[in-house]
Amino acid sequence: MATVRIPSPLRRYTNNQSKVESNGANIAQLIENLESQYPGVKSRLCDDSGQIKRYVNIFVNGEEIRTLQGNETAVSDKDEVSIIPAMAGGL
Amino acid sequence: MSSSNLITSSELLAKLRKEIKEISVHELKQQLENNEVTLIDIRGLEEWDQGHVKGSIHIPRGFLELQIETHVRDCEQPIAITCAGGVRSLLGARDLETMGYTNVASVAGGFTGWKHAGYPFDVPRTLSKEQRERYSRHTIMPEVGEEGQLKLLDAKVLLIGAGGLGSPAAIYLAAAGVGTLGIVDYDVVDTSNLQRQIIHRLEDVDKPKTESAARTIAQLNPDIKVIGHRTQLTSYNAFDIISQYDIVINGSDNFPTRYLVNDACTLLGKALVDASIFRFEGQVTVFDTTKGGPCYRCLYPDPPPPGEVPSCAEGGVLGVLPGIVGSLEAVEAIKLILGQGESLVGRLLLYDALDAEFRELNIRKNPDCPVCSDHPTVTELIDYNEFCGLPSVEPVVAANGKGELIAV
Repeated sequence: MATVRIPSPLRRYTNNQSKVESNGANIAQLIENLESQYPGVKSRLCDDSGQIKRYVNIFVNGEEIRTLQGNETAVSDKDEVSIIPAMAGGL
Repeated sequence: MSSSNLITSSELLAKLRKEIKEISVHELKQQLENNEVTLIDIRGLEEWDQGHVKGSIHIPRGFLELQIETHVRDCEQPIAITCAGGVRSLLGARDLETMGYTNVASVAGGFTGWKHAGYPFDVPRTLSKEQRERYSRHTIMPEVGEEGQLKLLDAKVLLIGAGGLGSPAAIYLAAAGVGTLGIVDYDVVDTSNLQRQIIHRLEDVDKPKTESAARTIAQLNPDIKVIGHRTQLTSYNAFDIISQYDIVINGSDNFPTRYLVNDACTLLGKALVDASIFRFEGQVTVFDTTKGGPCYRCLYPDPPPPGEVPSCAEGGVLGVLPGIVGSLEAVEAIKLILGQGESLVGRLLLYDALDAEFRELNIRKNPDCPVCSDHPTVTELIDYNEFCGLPSVEPVVAANGKGELIAV
């Protein structure tokens, strides 16, 4: 199982957990599995065509997947997947 | 010892003038131009600070014997000793001869003679007595030193927003002696700000944040020049405001301003210390495309549609959180000014207060970035409200180059 780090805006789907376990051979499959575990997550991450939204970044072990193989980026057991959405707050 | 064995100071000097080689300021100038001599100035710190011969080494007389070997190792190396008028330098030269230096001269007339001859000299910029005291915990560290503190005093940093992030950043930068702080903020202080915006006080409610921040900073450190830009940052005024500063610290609360600040900093070649906060989480990084790093658009190519990402007003924020994250921004700005350490360029630092955890992710330049790639499609500031899916807003007021409000 990979560890998925959940950002604050998505924690309402994960019972307020900041870390969840999930699996999938690659990011696309991992998101499908996350959706079945925590319904509602996928629509926050992906657009209608299944692509990761351009204001959301997904990192595997500290590297952003657009610089790897995108949705096809392989995920292994013990990998750490981080979901980092754009946040505007500062004031 | 009976008084008959004493010699007077004038007898001592007359004796030394016979024993010690003296050179004129003209000979000194010639020898310095030919790189034939090492010039040691043995006056006190205050005298040195008021001016000295360029290239001379300052060792106050009390430290001469103790410190000379760190500057001159070869006992035959030609040394000239100078002071204010050529008297103390005789004593200093004698002391070095006693240590075994064989080629020592005293400069007759000293620095006064040098100045009277019309030769050039340096007046170093130095900290005042009060500044030496105030910044002593900085200057004692080799990474800062007096030179670094002067860099901080010379630096001009612009804060976008005097809110949650801007408050601690401004207070710490002011305390650290960053000499010019610009603050862009159009808002007035609201009671709900006081839970986290520590630069403002209860008595400041309903007053402009720029004024409230300037007053707090003045009370903390009168060295600091505060320039309040009481305006919304827009595509009309961003270049005018940002170009007056060396570094920008982002503490804004909306996406249009974040893309605007990013594009303006990238196009102007300014380093942008960027952070954002939400609930118990913060992100901080440095965007500096002049150092080959990514920009905000490399990280987030497009903004979210309006309403999709909640703001702090909607989702809340722990009051202390911007204290941590805004302080990290201040640290990064100071590192950039000093040229010390590893900046957060290319790294996104995440802080989760609930998990009490810092994490770091790599962020890379997008080779097709519309702003910072080598084939940009955005080469001037655009309508950022429209870009973020919001109604375009014509500015009502803007700041002119002096930070004054003007009607647009």
